[in-house]
Amino acid sequence: MSALLEIDDLAVDFVREGRVAARAVRGINLELATGEALGVVGETGCGKTVTGLSILRMLPATARTSGRIVFDGREVLALPEDELRDLRGRRISMVFQSPATSFNPVFPLGRQLQHVAERHLGIGRRASERLVVERLREVELPDPERTMRLYPHELSGGMLQRAMIAMAILCRPSLLIADEPTTALDVTLAEQILRLLRSLQREHGFAVFFISHDLDLVGDFCDRVAVLYAGRVVESGPAAVMLAEPRHPYTRALLSALPRRGRPGTPLEAVPGNVPTGLEEPTGCAFAPRCPLAEDRCTSAPPHLAPIGAGRSVACYRWEDA
Amino acid sequence: MSALLDVRGLVKEFPPRRRREPPVRAADGVDVALEPGQIYGLVGESGSGKTTVARCVLGLERPSGGSIVYDGLDLASRDRDVVRRARREMQLVFQQPAAALDPRMTLRQLVAEPLRTHKLARGAELAARVEQLVGEVGLSPALLDRYPHELSGGQCQRVVIARALSTGPRLLVLDEPTSALDVVVQAQILNLLLALRDERGLTFLLISHDLGVIGHLSDRIGVMYVGRLVEEGPSSDLLAAPRHPYTRALLGSRRGRGSASLDAAPPLLGETPPPWAAPAGCRFHPRCPLREQLGRPAICEQEQPSLTGSEHRAACHFQEQT
Repeated sequence: MSALLEIDDLAVDFVREGRVAARAVRGINLELATGEALGVVGETGCGKTVTGLSILRMLPATARTSGRIVFDGREVLALPEDELRDLRGRRISMVFQSPATSFNPVFPLGRQLQHVAERHLGIGRRASERLVVERLREVELPDPERTMRLYPHELSGGMLQRAMIAMAILCRPSLLIADEPTTALDVTLAEQILRLLRSLQREHGFAVFFISHDLDLVGDFCDRVAVLYAGRVVESGPAAVMLAEPRHPYTRALLSALPRRGRPGTPLEAVPGNVPTGLEEPTGCAFAPRCPLAEDRCTSAPPHLAPIGAGRSVACYRWEDA
Repeated sequence: MSALLDVRGLVKEFPPRRRREPPVRAADGVDVALEPGQIYGLVGESGSGKTTVARCVLGLERPSGGSIVYDGLDLASRDRDVVRRARREMQLVFQQPAAALDPRMTLRQLVAEPLRTHKLARGAELAARVEQLVGEVGLSPALLDRYPHELSGGQCQRVVIARALSTGPRLLVLDEPTSALDVVVQAQILNLLLALRDERGLTFLLISHDLGVIGHLSDRIGVMYVGRLVEEGPSSDLLAAPRHPYTRALLGSRRGRGSASLDAAPPLLGETPPPWAAPAGCRFHPRCPLREQLGRPAICEQEQPSLTGSEHRAACHFQEQT
C-alpha cells in the first residue's frame, strides 16, 4: 500500500535577525498509511508540533523548511497557495489542544463551521447549515440546531472540543492532525473525546497524526508510534510491541518516568539532565550525554534510524542491550 | 498521633455571579487531617474545590465556615503571633514555576529573599545558607547568578522549592507541582519531593488532577467532586478497592490499558458541573453509573450522603453494593 503521507528528511530552523535562532526539526522521516493512526511523542521542544504544522505549511514566516512532504502524491512544500488552500481544512484538518482559544469569540459557532463548508465545498447557506447540523450530531452534541446558534463562551470546554472535531471532519478529510487533543481536558472528559475520535476514525477511515507527550495515551490510541528527541525520530514501530519492549534508551526513559509504572513511595527511574537546546549539531547521538548505555562510539558518530525487523526502527548502537 | 494539620467542615463561599442567587460554595464541608511526616493527596477535576482548600489552609482565603487547626493553633485566631508562627511553618509550591519567580532577580537573590524577609540569616551566613539550599534541591552552584529565563521549567521549580524550604517549614502545600513539566522532569521533581520528605521529615498537602502522581506519592488520598470530599482513605486501600462510583470512574479513565479499552463505553458521561450549578442530593447523581444500575433510587437526588466508614470512608448511599 502506498503511503498517504510521506515526510522525507524534513528539517525546520527558525531564524531571528537573519540568524538561525532554533533548530526545531533536524531531519525527520515518517510515513502514514491511509486510515492509520500514528502517534508522535516527545517532550517539549522535540519538534513534534512543528512537524505537524509543517504538514499544513502553517509555520510562522520565520521558519526555514527543507526536505519533502508528499501528501496523496502532491508535494506540499512546493504547492502553490491556491492548491494549498484546497488541502487545508478539506483534505487535511487539525484539532488543537485548547478549544477555548480556537474559535472566534464574536461569531456564533455554527456560522464559523458553515463558513468552512461554504468555502471548501462551494455550497450555499442552506446546504451548509444542514451539513453542520449533521456533523454536530456526529460528534454527539445535544440539540445541534440550537447549539449552532450559541457563541463559543456559552459552551463548556467539552462541547467546544466536540465542535472543533466537528469542524475538522466537516469535509471528510483523509488526514486529521490532532495536537494534544485531550491535554487541556479533565480526565473523565478526555476519555469521552478519545472514544469519539476513535469511533469517527473507525467509521470514516481517516488517518490520524496524533501529537502527544503521553506515551500511554498514544499507545492506546495509535497503530504506530514515533518517538522524537531533539528534532529527530529515535524509535518507531507498532504501538503495542514498542511500548511493551522499548529498544531506544530514551523511549525506556520516557516510560519508566511515568508515576503509574513505579512502586508507590519509591523513587522513579528518572534519567538525569535536560533536553538539549543548543544550535550546534552534536557529533554523536543527541541523547548520549544522558544515556545510561552510552559508550565511546555514541559520542563520536550519530547512529541512524535503522530497521530492526517487525516494522520497527531504532537509532541506537546498543538497541540490543536496552 | 495527633494531626499536624486538622481541617474540619471547611466551607468556602464566594459571592454569586448574579444578585439574588445564593453564594457559590467552592468547598462544602471538607475534612482533611494530616499526620506529621505524611503525604496527603487531594485529587479532583477542575472546579472540585481542591485549590480552594489549599488557599484556605495557607490563609490566602478566609474560610466561610469550619475550622483549620495547625499544630494545635486555630488559624482563625485573632492572636497575630499565633497566626504568624503557623504561617512561617507552612509554605507553598504552585503549578507555574516561572510565574512564581521575579524575572529580574538572580537565582541567588531569589533564594536569599525569604531568608532576608524573615531575618533568618545575613552576611556570610546568608550566602552559605543559599548555597546549601540550592544544593539540597539538586541545582548546581554554577547557576547561582542566572536569571529565571535562563533556567528550564524543572530548574525553576527547584528554585521555587528551595525558596519554600528556606524558612524551615514543617508543612508544604503543593498545588499541581509537576503539571507544567515533561514526564522525565516530573519524575526528577517527584523524586526530589520524596527525598525531602524523608530527610527533613516534612508533611505535604499535595493537590493534583493526576491520579498517577497522587497515587505514587501519597500515604492518604482524598477525592473531591464539586466542592465535596466523596472518598477518603489510605492510598493503597483507596486505589485497590475504591468505594465511590466517581473514584472508580477516575481510576477507569487511566490510560495505558490497551487499544480495546477505547472501544468500550466511557466510564462517565457528561461533564463535571461548576460549583454554582451543583446538583441537589448527591452531587454526583446525574452522572452516576451505579445509580442507573440500581434503577435510580430516589434517595440519591434527595439526600446528600455524608462520609461513612472508619479508616476508609466514602460518601455514597450505596457504597456497599459494588
